[in-house]
Amino acid sequence: MKSKNSIQSPSKVGFWEKLMKIDRRWIYLAIGIVVFIPMLVYLGFPIRVTKEVRSVYERIDSLPPGTVVMVPMEYDPATMAELQPLAYAVLRHCFSKDLKVITTSLQIEGVTIIKEDLEMIAAEYGKKYGIDYVFLGYKPYPGIVILNMGENFRKPFPRDYYGNELDSLPMMKGVYNYSSCALILNINATSGVDYWINYANGRYKAPLAIGVTGVMVSDYYTFLSSGQIFGLIGGLKGAAEYEKLINHVDLACRAMDVQSIAHSVIVLFIVIGNIAFFATKKRKKSI
Amino acid sequence: MTTGQLILNGIAAFLTLCIFSFLYKDNPFYKFAERLVAGVATGYWTILLYHTNFTDKVIEPIFINGQYHYIIPAVLGIMMWTRFSRKWSWISRYPIAFYIGIGSGVSITVYLYTYLFKQLQATISTPLTLDLAGLNVLIIVIAVLSALIYFFFSSAHKGIFNVASRFGIYVIMIGFGAGFGLTVMGRVALLVQRIIFLRDYIVALFGG
Repeated sequence: MKSKNSIQSPSKVGFWEKLMKIDRRWIYLAIGIVVFIPMLVYLGFPIRVTKEVRSVYERIDSLPPGTVVMVPMEYDPATMAELQPLAYAVLRHCFSKDLKVITTSLQIEGVTIIKEDLEMIAAEYGKKYGIDYVFLGYKPYPGIVILNMGENFRKPFPRDYYGNELDSLPMMKGVYNYSSCALILNINATSGVDYWINYANGRYKAPLAIGVTGVMVSDYYTFLSSGQIFGLIGGLKGAAEYEKLINHVDLACRAMDVQSIAHSVIVLFIVIGNIAFFATKKRKKSI
Repeated sequence: MTTGQLILNGIAAFLTLCIFSFLYKDNPFYKFAERLVAGVATGYWTILLYHTNFTDKVIEPIFINGQYHYIIPAVLGIMMWTRFSRKWSWISRYPIAFYIGIGSGVSITVYLYTYLFKQLQATISTPLTLDLAGLNVLIIVIAVLSALIYFFFSSAHKGIFNVASRFGIYVIMIGFGAGFGLTVMGRVALLVQRIIFLRDYIVALFGG
């Protein structure tokens, strides 16, 4: 009996050793298949809305029509997968509530994308440029620009993205700085979000919420618990939560289905990888 | 989708596949797409910077509006370019000194306020209560102190200090774990978005 076990054992461990040396391209292929197949059908996995996302929604939802809000958006082609669905959801919410939206883009590669996103969502709700929304565009050195906007939007942006004088835009009459805005919701894929926390909130005490990529979320929870930001929307999951809140299923909710399945497979791979690691380690020790 | 959009999206789909081809192995298609991205991005932001900064801050104020005090920052900017000459590169130290001085002056106090005082206040000022919220506060305080002790090297990590330090490293590990999990989520989101784009393109191409 004992000898039988000793014959079986090497073949079992051999399997795990093979698994430890598997070509990583098989993993890529598996993830590719797992991502592609669920895309063919909408499964509608449940999405739980977190407190930090709900607080942003409720704050915006409580504002009376005509209130000015600032939604600076800083993402580029590399990060739009996560933040574009969020920008769509937030803008839809603002325009559906008839809020006036001021937008900037202090991330140079994303300026055109953000301009197009803003125009597209504004058109969905029949909003007019200069009356319902304004796009200030891009200026370099975000920290300095954010500081200057705290004094007056006209300092860094004497003209908007399209070259109009700010005073010529009806919406900007009487709107000078952050104190003219009910809140700032910064959608940001860069460390530039620190400037908004430091200067817009720290220096000018503007009520601030942020929407960041998944990679960044864990770094900013500390600002939520300290009250420096009143809301935090993280990555595609946060965008899906916001879509659920505004009752408009779009990119994020659909992508979260795929994401949930992909995550399950990744977790399975991690578990298998760990079992293989300990199995081969045990064998090495016994040798 | 119009024919023009179909062609443009076709180029985007081809370039997406070029980038994905790196997953198999490095190849000329990947290199082409990678360099194209770098080239287009550089060209794009150079022109955007010219129109949003050089025109607004140099050409218009000095040459059109006659605001001659704008010459001072313009000259400081030109001085930066002397870094490319070994003989004259010392001149660039003056604008750099201005830049560092202004940057430090503007940011030091506000950074201390944001990253130190407000965080410290949030950690110690929340009252300890006999409920779940109180337990949460207690965990936060212990975790912060333990993580700080892990980085305290002026005393040997022995006894209770060692226990706190060991706990500190677990706290840091949990932080890294959360960061890693969220990073995976972010990366999968990028893949999902590209696959959605490719799927929509195929559907549009074949009229599905």
